[in-house]
Amino acid sequence: MGKVRLLVGTRKGAFVLKSDGKRENWEVSGPHFAGWEVYHLKGSPIDPNRIYASQSTGWFGQIIQRSDDGGQTWQAVGNGFTYDGVAGTHQWYDGTPHPWEFKRVWHLEPSLSDPDTVYAGVEDAALFRSSDGGQSWSELSGLRGHGSGSGWAPGAGGMCLHTILLDPSDPQRIFVAISAAGAFRTDDGGQTWKAINQGLRSEHIPDPTAEVGHCVHRIAAHHSRPQVLFMQKHWDVMRSDDGGDRWFEVSGNLPSDFGFVVDVHAHEPETVYVIPIKSDSGHFPPEGKLQVWRSKTGGHQWEALTEGLPQSDCYVNVLRDGMAVDRLEPCGVYFGTTGGQVYASSDSGDSWNAIMRDLPPVLSVEVQTLP
Amino acid sequence: MIRVVLPYHLRNLARVSGEVSLELPTPATLAAVLRALEARFPALRGTVIDPASNQRRALLRFFVCGEDWSHLGLDIPLPDMVLGGAEPLLIVGAISGG
Repeated sequence: MGKVRLLVGTRKGAFVLKSDGKRENWEVSGPHFAGWEVYHLKGSPIDPNRIYASQSTGWFGQIIQRSDDGGQTWQAVGNGFTYDGVAGTHQWYDGTPHPWEFKRVWHLEPSLSDPDTVYAGVEDAALFRSSDGGQSWSELSGLRGHGSGSGWAPGAGGMCLHTILLDPSDPQRIFVAISAAGAFRTDDGGQTWKAINQGLRSEHIPDPTAEVGHCVHRIAAHHSRPQVLFMQKHWDVMRSDDGGDRWFEVSGNLPSDFGFVVDVHAHEPETVYVIPIKSDSGHFPPEGKLQVWRSKTGGHQWEALTEGLPQSDCYVNVLRDGMAVDRLEPCGVYFGTTGGQVYASSDSGDSWNAIMRDLPPVLSVEVQTLP
Repeated sequence: MIRVVLPYHLRNLARVSGEVSLELPTPATLAAVLRALEARFPALRGTVIDPASNQRRALLRFFVCGEDWSHLGLDIPLPDMVLGGAEPLLIVGAISGG
């Protein structure tokens, strides 16, 4: 039947939740790294006992933790994130040049083929890679050298590289997304990069269709069809059928096309999930009703999933790394909120249960499907 | 022998429960103590001194014999009371945050 292990990063530590294939009863361990912000944890797809975690605070900086036993024990590994060459400047909030400064790791993406190789998306936006299990890190500086880097500007949450998608069909192809620069793709393993923002429209920048400057919140793809991408942008839910070369809007009948998360059903490549948020000023669900919206048609037509979710007086948010799907049958869907709840569905989103109610604000949720 | 008192989170990170004792040749500076600390506890690398700026992290302080040494620089020799272990070097985290 299989099992699942949920990796939850919060403002005050990490939690590891385990369940059998029914996904009804959960065993909780944690907090790990209590009192620290854990922006993200993720396990290796080929060695699920290998898990990487990003642990940080404003007091002590960045720590990377690694577990080799499925999250039972942890070892601090390397935290040397040094920009390649002369770091240069990007654009600051007031339009002036600002030096590139490392602040934290937002997202860790283990390689699809080597447990010792892992990518890190950091603030100020850059992509790093380790090929020795996190002991040492090197920047893939072709991304910042793309030519537009000096014009990138931070969003309200900082200038973070928060999304890393590895193409299962092409080890040389990687997609990343940066707030508020946009989406980028490499087809040569990270040496050179292309901005892939054509079709995006952002009214909050002087040229709404500019090559860069778009506040992309999350990109997701189905593993069997990596050229089809779904994007939750600051406003608009978007889709690309050609690896990001061209995007078109699929927001359809969503009550709000603002939000942070987007994910794809494990077995149905046209089934997509988002969580609409009222606006970029409210940052809570419309009308205080927490709803996951699902499209079974690859966008455009969406249905509200409400069973088991609070439908009044709910004013939480779900942050960009806060949703995941497992690979069991039926597909499990999970998300965590800034109110400290973790919701799980074991029936592809038809119904939901709060499996944790009182965690610190949830920053990220990942799930591992285990034999 | 130099005694170092770490803040709670760094004790956890280093997996120690009390004071840390370090053997250093004398005279020794604050910088030398911090280097020795990181060498003995690699998990603490970069947690006190930001490697990008080579400066003390803003929310940490160094207290020596009842005085705040945080703004004196890292290269001043520590007093005999600390070098001999009669007084500890305190690395203190700011009482702040939510």
